[in-house]
Amino acid sequence: MNEVETPKMSCKELVDVITEYLEDTLPTEDRGRFERHLAGCDGCQAYLDQMRETIRALGHLPPESLSAEAERTLLEAFRGWR
Amino acid sequence: MGEQEASTGGGPDGSTRAANVERLVAALRRGDEDAFRKLVEEHGPFLMRLALMHVPSRAIAEEVVQDTWLAVLNGIDRFEGRSSLRTWIASILLNNARTRGQRERRVLPFSFLRRRAEEGRDEPVVSPDRFQSVHDSYPGHWARPPAEWDSPEERLSTEEARRVLLEAIAKLPIRQREVIALRDISGWSAAETRNALGLSETNQRVLLHRARSKVRAALERHFEADELGR
Repeated sequence: MNEVETPKMSCKELVDVITEYLEDTLPTEDRGRFERHLAGCDGCQAYLDQMRETIRALGHLPPESLSAEAERTLLEAFRGWR
Repeated sequence: MGEQEASTGGGPDGSTRAANVERLVAALRRGDEDAFRKLVEEHGPFLMRLALMHVPSRAIAEEVVQDTWLAVLNGIDRFEGRSSLRTWIASILLNNARTRGQRERRVLPFSFLRRRAEEGRDEPVVSPDRFQSVHDSYPGHWARPPAEWDSPEERLSTEEARRVLLEAIAKLPIRQREVIALRDISGWSAAETRNALGLSETNQRVLLHRARSKVRAALERHFEADELGR
């Protein structure tokens, strides 16, 4: 039986499905196409790296918090609640 | 150290969760301030971040968060543990924040159609001129490929980079902002984020995709401007 070659993924398509790739929801075949393309494309490897670094940077943003005064008010409200 | 929370996530199953909540409720009813303080500290960051996305000032955001905690205290007896505690708290916050936000803006209620338009009618996540057209040698491939960022961890933790990140997020449509905040800033799972925001799996992923792509693009522009300046 002749093997049908799966169509190669383009950079444009990779950019479109990159979140599915990172979420691990890409169908197996597309995952193969994605990784094969990646292996031969510096631009897309750089894009994936940038995406991962972006996500990492987001996770390292300093946390938000209530002001000390708002926390005090909240504690008072708690005491009043019970 | 960021906002990522290690604890009360989708981990324990329903019965363990219910048991944990029972213990928590008992402690709160005893007036255990430490238990309350711990609760507030653990969930505070994401509550404040979400509130700030909906209302015009920090002061109002703090009011929304305070109202939320009161609603949590008053409603915690009814919490059944079907979702995680923080998902439940988040949905209370979002209700309050959205209502307050609309009141502050004095606009008509957010229409379903407008929301759909906002999410669907977005520009492509990467500018089309970055790719080769049908007239070029390799249609669909990069015309101007991205470059690896130098020392990314270092350069992304500066004040300026953080400002770029926050500004980029502030420019996103609200649903994308909410998703990227919970998924990537707070580190929630897809399932919890979906539950908190009332989204389908696909919807959540599309919103996340758009949000992340735009934020990445903003960082890329920032780094490129940086390079030119050097």
